[in-house]
Amino acid sequence: MEKTWAEMSADEKQEANFQKLLSPKDPAGNDLKFQSPEAEANYKASITRIKDAIQMKKLPDRVPVTILPSMFPYLNAGITVEEAMYDYDKCTAAFKEFILEFEPDMHIGASVAGPGKFYEILDYKLYAWPGHGVAPEHSYQCLEGEYMKADEYDALMQDPSNFWRSVYMPRIFGALEGFKMLNPLTTILEMYGLAIFLLQYGLPPVQAAYKALLEAGAEALKWIGAMGSVDGELTTLGYPTILGGFTKAPFDVIGDTLRGTQGIMLDIYRQPDKLLAAMETLTPIMIGMGVGAAQQTGNPLIFMPLHKGADGFLSDEQFKKFYWPTFRQVMMGLISEGCVPFPALEGHWDSRLKVIQDIPKGKTIWMVDQSDMVKAKETLGKNACLIGNVSSSMLSLGTPQEVRDYAKKLIDTVGKGGGFIMSNGAFFDQAKPENVKAMVETAKEYGAYK
Amino acid sequence: MSKKLVNAIADMREEEALKLVKEMMEGGSGPMAILDAAREAMDIVGQRYEKGTYFLPELMLAGEMLNQITDIIKPELTKMPEVERHGKVVIGTVEGDIHDIGKNIVGFMLDVNGFEVLDLGIDVPPQKFTEAIQNFQPQVVGLSGFLTLAFDTMKETIEAIQAAGLRDQVKIMVGGGQMDDQVRAHTGADAYGRDAMAAVKLTKDWIGG
Repeated sequence: MEKTWAEMSADEKQEANFQKLLSPKDPAGNDLKFQSPEAEANYKASITRIKDAIQMKKLPDRVPVTILPSMFPYLNAGITVEEAMYDYDKCTAAFKEFILEFEPDMHIGASVAGPGKFYEILDYKLYAWPGHGVAPEHSYQCLEGEYMKADEYDALMQDPSNFWRSVYMPRIFGALEGFKMLNPLTTILEMYGLAIFLLQYGLPPVQAAYKALLEAGAEALKWIGAMGSVDGELTTLGYPTILGGFTKAPFDVIGDTLRGTQGIMLDIYRQPDKLLAAMETLTPIMIGMGVGAAQQTGNPLIFMPLHKGADGFLSDEQFKKFYWPTFRQVMMGLISEGCVPFPALEGHWDSRLKVIQDIPKGKTIWMVDQSDMVKAKETLGKNACLIGNVSSSMLSLGTPQEVRDYAKKLIDTVGKGGGFIMSNGAFFDQAKPENVKAMVETAKEYGAYK
Repeated sequence: MSKKLVNAIADMREEEALKLVKEMMEGGSGPMAILDAAREAMDIVGQRYEKGTYFLPELMLAGEMLNQITDIIKPELTKMPEVERHGKVVIGTVEGDIHDIGKNIVGFMLDVNGFEVLDLGIDVPPQKFTEAIQNFQPQVVGLSGFLTLAFDTMKETIEAIQAAGLRDQVKIMVGGGQMDDQVRAHTGADAYGRDAMAAVKLTKDWIGG
């Protein structure tokens, strides 16, 4: 008899997730119809290649290659970031053109630009985007702040969802101010009192907030319809997406968008126990976020952009005490559900490599930006697949020959024995197209394992 | 008492440091002695950061302590004392880029190391840099940027400085997470750095101090 999901080991769950990816379904649940037998073969070869690179049990046929851009697909197609965010047809056309022109094995998906109108409806304050603080041709950028105050850790830990809805969301969405007035949902227990706990939903500011949220939801649906259809079309053409969802390390959850850099760095001294406890609270929530996304998308690769654990932010001791334990717990939680954590080491992480190599083999994939790739291979790379690290500066300012030489070097050193995927190391907006092409071609022409 | 204050600040004992400041004020030490101690402590913090024993939590807490101490002694301070400075530096995040954490740390570290710093903020157009060079007369200009777009806006900024006839007056450093020598060469800067220590070292090499 077949094992139930609960009876399966982490290995078996991961394998089952990859098998699901290898036999994709259409939205109606039938076997996906590819546009040609060649497209189907390419799709399956790409998934198998990346699966082998991640699992590190057998060598892939060759070094897999992907491109992980930020706004490059749109700028390269001659449209602005603003157009990509507001004109979904232009956005999807540009993205499709990008994939068909550069032909990576796998891609990041069309949804990077995001729906401009949706952010507008919500009056989103956490980021500046074209027309809202940055120029049309520039990427959106985070506006750091103390969106959670120093004395709010207890409120966060006591009821995270309520804190998010009634405290955090009104601060980051101007249109959701009314949520401040709402009671926790856990007040809803029995007939007596019920109407009193829910009467706020009749107040004009709350009704205005819900109206905005309904409108934003409708816009998001329209947008994801467009993005999903181009991603689906690319799948039928043989190009799978590499990302199944995302989650974050608890330290970054608090440091990036709740307390901000200054806030979290001060908390390390002023209230370390509260910070540690809050990260413990967030850990199962971040695991659930990744596992939930993988179930929704059917893709087990869960991206984790890492920020405030990089070299220079914290001392080794601080990293080991504050950053690493809950980050590792999130990865372990994802792994136990058959997901593949996909952390991105943004910036330099050379001083952390020996700590972060303590993970089970064949279960993770790490995007490396500027850390020493050979050292990363000798440490982290013993247990994990590495992806990267062709630099933004080289892609933007170098020559195709320089890119080819560097990519070959990566294949010869980091690619040795498998466990390597060719890619850029940091999300980029600007690059010379011929350099991006040189990176992809080198992996395809030179990356075969014999 | 002032030695105790130096140590309390330098060793990140915030509560003790603030208590000592209040005691010193009540004991009639005067604001200058406190300010001197705070400055000495900042020197130590800066050295420890450069040595790699202190990191962002310590820099940020030191900055916070300094702000609080200044607030306490301000009413007693008739005028901010003149400090001898080694030289002047203009810094700013180039046009199109609004990242400021790295730039702020560079500004703080240059200040701690005895340089007078004019911070032009974020999303700074080239013209603002040229005006600042004319008015503030710095020896060093630091251009900050995090995104790939900054490669070109840094280049444009340095071209504008050149066009205004000011290039020979200043040394220019570019800084940010994606900087390397290829980017430096593209922008026409004299040097690049990836962190605040690099900015301090370059400035010291160029100006002395």
